[in-house]
Amino acid sequence: MALTKPKTNGSFLDKITNNEALLAYIFILPSLIGFIAFYAVPALRAFYISFQEWNLLSDARYVGLDNYQDLLNDRRFVDSLRITVVYVLWNIPLQTVIAIFMAVVLERFSTGISTLMRGILILPWLMPNVVVALLWLWILDPSIGIMNEFLTWIGIGKQPFMGSPDQAIQSIAGINIWRHAGYNAILIFAGLKLIPRSLYEAAAIDGANGVRQFFSITLPLLRPVLVFVLVTSVIGSFQVFDTIAVTTGGGPAGSTRVVIYYIFEQVFERRIRMGTATAASVILFMILVTITLIQMRFLRSKQSDLADYS
Amino acid sequence: MDTINSAASRETATRTINWSRLFAGWGWRDIPVLIVLFMLLFGALFPFWWVVRTGLTSPSSVFSQTSSLLPVNTTTQNFERVLGLVDASELARENPNISIAQLNFWIYLRNSFIVSLLITLGQTTFSTLAAYAFARLKFPFRDQIFFIYLTGLMVPGIVLFIPNFVLVRELGWIGTYQGIVAPFFLMTPFAVFFMRQFFLSLNRDLEEAATLDGATKFGIFWRVALPLIQGPVLTLAILTFIQSWNEYLWPLLVGRSEDVRVLTVALGIFREQTPQGAPDWAGLMAGTAIAIIPGLMIFIFFGRKVVDSIQFSGFK
Repeated sequence: MALTKPKTNGSFLDKITNNEALLAYIFILPSLIGFIAFYAVPALRAFYISFQEWNLLSDARYVGLDNYQDLLNDRRFVDSLRITVVYVLWNIPLQTVIAIFMAVVLERFSTGISTLMRGILILPWLMPNVVVALLWLWILDPSIGIMNEFLTWIGIGKQPFMGSPDQAIQSIAGINIWRHAGYNAILIFAGLKLIPRSLYEAAAIDGANGVRQFFSITLPLLRPVLVFVLVTSVIGSFQVFDTIAVTTGGGPAGSTRVVIYYIFEQVFERRIRMGTATAASVILFMILVTITLIQMRFLRSKQSDLADYS
Repeated sequence: MDTINSAASRETATRTINWSRLFAGWGWRDIPVLIVLFMLLFGALFPFWWVVRTGLTSPSSVFSQTSSLLPVNTTTQNFERVLGLVDASELARENPNISIAQLNFWIYLRNSFIVSLLITLGQTTFSTLAAYAFARLKFPFRDQIFFIYLTGLMVPGIVLFIPNFVLVRELGWIGTYQGIVAPFFLMTPFAVFFMRQFFLSLNRDLEEAATLDGATKFGIFWRVALPLIQGPVLTLAILTFIQSWNEYLWPLLVGRSEDVRVLTVALGIFREQTPQGAPDWAGLMAGTAIAIIPGLMIFIFFGRKVVDSIQFSGFK
């Protein structure tokens, strides 16, 4: 690397490598091209397409807000919003409670065991959604799945799971809880490690039992981590697609047609309607921004209650 | 961050497992916690065993022996069949009620590797370069550009996927590797953000010393900063690889054709193809087991790194 030797001062290469601003622009150029081509322009173009009627084959036609109007009048779309919300309401609370539980259990163990356990608990998260979906599709098979064998054995009896509109979206939520709970538990576990032990000792001296300590020390002090976990998992949860595409394909009877699946159908399964599809994605985007702002505000993400104790 | 770092280093110190130490101070009261621990382990691992067990079971026994915890009529022919090593037609004749599939997962494995490696190499390289510029170099509009990058973190994938699909189609890249790789190859806002944090945390003294020694700006990056953040670069590469390997929706949009089809898309299509009769669970699970292997390898070799990086991402 002759570039670093001072005696080459004055050569053309050296001018480039030692001109800070020029070097910086060379460094960011590839990422800037990537950002403009695949983030900035597409984001703006999404809005633009959402005002058009366009089937990819013939010329696009400007239709103003018609696509948005159509969407709000389309029962399937409104239903897809409702189904997505139902999915999120099954997925998030259960997943978060299980993750907190797992993290608290992990904390009881010495670092050796808990390190190994944390590794094992993120194993599901390392797997593709498609793989996780398929393995649960098999385990939850209504007629010959092992889960129903087990449920019959303990006397609960066979369940239809994804075969019935009444249980399909809950089953999907369960599958994704299995994939993500361990991941969230690791985040929460790291948060638990930040809570000073002295607080628990003080509480124990004051006569607070374990449950009391959990609700008045652990939970409040976990808030910054919980906000992060909740915000990211809610955003992810609203975009559920892979699991549904591989297992139910939106069925049975449309009971798992979530927003992204609806959008996918507009482009690939029914008549191609690019305008409607992007308009729906823009609506989803707006919903996500609103929810994120509300969560941040409601949970006061920035400040930790630790300050109150010092 | 400090607390996490010190916790991490303490854990590294106790890496060798001393079993009598592990349970020191434990009593009968802790048995419920141990039971819970084993239930968690069972819950996390049993489904994987069930995939392997089904993949090793002969196709017809899958339907007759539904509750055996071990493979029935153990056979590797499902694996051979989905890897295209044996002809499945005879097996199909023996089991007329099951839609036995003949697949060539080698192609899909290869495609997944090509796509994931390309994305990992490109994204890690270019994001690291950009991150260094944002962290250490002065140039006009630096903070503005970085802020705009960060807003990219907020936009859900689906909003970008449709216009990107249109773009890739206009470029004539549908059904090509470059089409599948393009949106992720040059950067993701997360990768730039992630690496920038590490460059910011480097001690400036070394770089200043190098400047006094007459090193050029590029020399400082190449010889001082880059060697110091090899660890985080590897972490980013692992995370990017996992993500590219697991991606489904984008390759489904642009890469359905056989010659560029990646494993996730292939599994989805395999699942759809159940023309008549019972689904080919044995074959499907053999294919699924194959798709599990890369994640498993990453878990075995880099499990700790992945866990640490997840914890880091929660405290940025």
